[in-house]
Amino acid sequence: MYRYDHYDQAMVDSRVEEFRDQTRRRLEGKLSEDQFKPLRLQNGLYLQLHAYMLRVAIPYGTLSGAQMHALADIAGKYDRGYGHFTTRQNIQYNWIKLEEAPDLLADLARVEMHAIQTSGNCIRNISSDQYAGAIADEIIDPRPYAELLRQWSSFHPEFLALPRKFKIAVIASQTDRAAMKLHDIGIRMVRNDAGEIGAAFYVGGGMGRTPMIAPCIREFVPVDQLITYSEACLRVYNRYGRRDNKYKARIKILVHELGREEYTRQVEEEFAHLLTQGIEPPLAELERIATFFADPPFETGLADDAVRSDPGFALWLDRNTLPHKQPGYAIAVISLKPVGGIPGDASVEQMHLMADLAMRYSFDECRVTHAQNIVLPHVRKADLFAIWQQLEAAGLGAANLDTVEDIIACPGLDYCSLANARSIPVAQKISRRFADTGKTAELGELKLKISGCINACGHHHAGHIGILGVDRKGTENYQLLLGGSEGDDTSLGKITGPGFDEDGIVDAVERATDVYLARRREGERFLDTYRRVGIDAFKEAIYG
Amino acid sequence: MVELLRFREDEPVADPAVTVDAFSDQSNASAVRLEPGDDARDLLPFLDQLRLVEINFPSFGDGRGYSAARILREAGFDGELRAVGDVLVDQLSHMRRCGFDSFAPEKPFSPADAQAALSRWPQVYQATGDGRRPIWALRHDAQSNG
Repeated sequence: MYRYDHYDQAMVDSRVEEFRDQTRRRLEGKLSEDQFKPLRLQNGLYLQLHAYMLRVAIPYGTLSGAQMHALADIAGKYDRGYGHFTTRQNIQYNWIKLEEAPDLLADLARVEMHAIQTSGNCIRNISSDQYAGAIADEIIDPRPYAELLRQWSSFHPEFLALPRKFKIAVIASQTDRAAMKLHDIGIRMVRNDAGEIGAAFYVGGGMGRTPMIAPCIREFVPVDQLITYSEACLRVYNRYGRRDNKYKARIKILVHELGREEYTRQVEEEFAHLLTQGIEPPLAELERIATFFADPPFETGLADDAVRSDPGFALWLDRNTLPHKQPGYAIAVISLKPVGGIPGDASVEQMHLMADLAMRYSFDECRVTHAQNIVLPHVRKADLFAIWQQLEAAGLGAANLDTVEDIIACPGLDYCSLANARSIPVAQKISRRFADTGKTAELGELKLKISGCINACGHHHAGHIGILGVDRKGTENYQLLLGGSEGDDTSLGKITGPGFDEDGIVDAVERATDVYLARRREGERFLDTYRRVGIDAFKEAIYG
Repeated sequence: MVELLRFREDEPVADPAVTVDAFSDQSNASAVRLEPGDDARDLLPFLDQLRLVEINFPSFGDGRGYSAARILREAGFDGELRAVGDVLVDQLSHMRRCGFDSFAPEKPFSPADAQAALSRWPQVYQATGDGRRPIWALRHDAQSNG
């Protein structure tokens, strides 16, 4: 994985000192809260319902063992003993004191980490495919391009006061595991007919109150023009994105109002101009970065199967591991969704264990997924049983990847100052319901996503089943959506009808799954059956 | 406290800056003031006669002026580029990077804070036309120099 050189380290250290100075001026009253707010936001510090929340960037979701250990230490030292992994492959701490935040950032900098631009109206942390470098279906590892974009977007002086936040995802497979088309810019690395690598740009996707799927504005940007093209996309947005209404300020609205063709024309014009400005790093820089992402020294000639004698292990093996590109290895996913637990939360002890497992079994690397789980990307199949035993002992052995129990949920009204309703208790009740009825395994792949408000941090639009918490005359109410997907067949869920209270939404979800079990054809997932039979059959069962 | 922070040797322009509308009516003015909604590219035919362009930031959160500044510098404008309005000390180094070389903040900042802000970043990640060599260039200089 990428390692800082003295330049990268100096930038992060400078940022810590800058924020220490800004915090001091705030505490001395020289900065008003209004003036301080954008500064702290660009360092990932939010003021929430009960305390400050700090969001730490995990570039493209990749962590070393030492970094995971450091995140655990921070959870113990500055928080209440746990951290929350987020849908943007980051980690959040919910109980931070302002006066301690500079020290926390300094602790992060010691392990080449930061909280730069994890909030605010700027380019956010770049996300990517959590299986990059390990999965067989990628045409190239997307992370060197993500790292190049990380450096370009860090403190980019022109783009620190954008109309609104800006999220970029980079993938390099036909299979989209990063919800790429639901980002402000989604980049898919591709190979053209001549065999050259380039980037397809999808611009103007997003969730929130106006969900949109990004259209492709260019099928092939040569790899030595990637930064220049990105800068053109951003400049047009910075100049013409709406600033009169924060709910219409994301780039998706600009692309929608101008139309794809006109937005593309303006980008191409700016791109032609910027090509004359010499802003693109040389290919040698991309090659330098790529050397950090070379394959680890895989062993060859390993046995390509795991002993399945323990039924609990066999279940986990089938559910939570994926084929690796290297024979004898597997990708193992640690579920942070124990039945009845808080999706994405991990304790200090659990984080230390995951760090140890990454160091011992996975070439010192782990990943955070946008579904709020942790990946050990390069594990020998022969080690899987030992790993599973240690996970089981630590409450991390849930065999429920991509099932109805593997729920994405935002922090909701338990923490978030924007939320209208709680998300966590709904997630807990749903996972308990399906664990109790024993239907989880039978339902197979079923992506359920919960947001506690219309901002959609819990990706409810993209859930096969989505739940949106709203405030209805002062009480929490939950709307049900069906048919969303974040993958290659990206689609947006539709609201079934009137909302439910907390127990009612759990019943409604179960009724929807009963329709699937009754109507499914051989090989169909919930989403496939829904798409074939349509929403009416589900409505009838839910409201009838 | 600093009311006009200037990084130029030449004499400041004495004439008041006119609006873009007024400028198009009486195009002998040497100073013009851009508002966030104005298109900096409308000025490109007149860069030779302009000695001062003021770019107004009615609110520090409106970043259109950063793009306006870079567009003027990219087109070769070498007159004074002044940030005016709600200009905060924490924005100084970024504004310098975009080509601003003078600052007339609504609320003056202390010279010490300005100095600290301007000397904050040892290096930069991007090429923005301000003459600073980005980190990616330094890395490969170092490599080719052995």
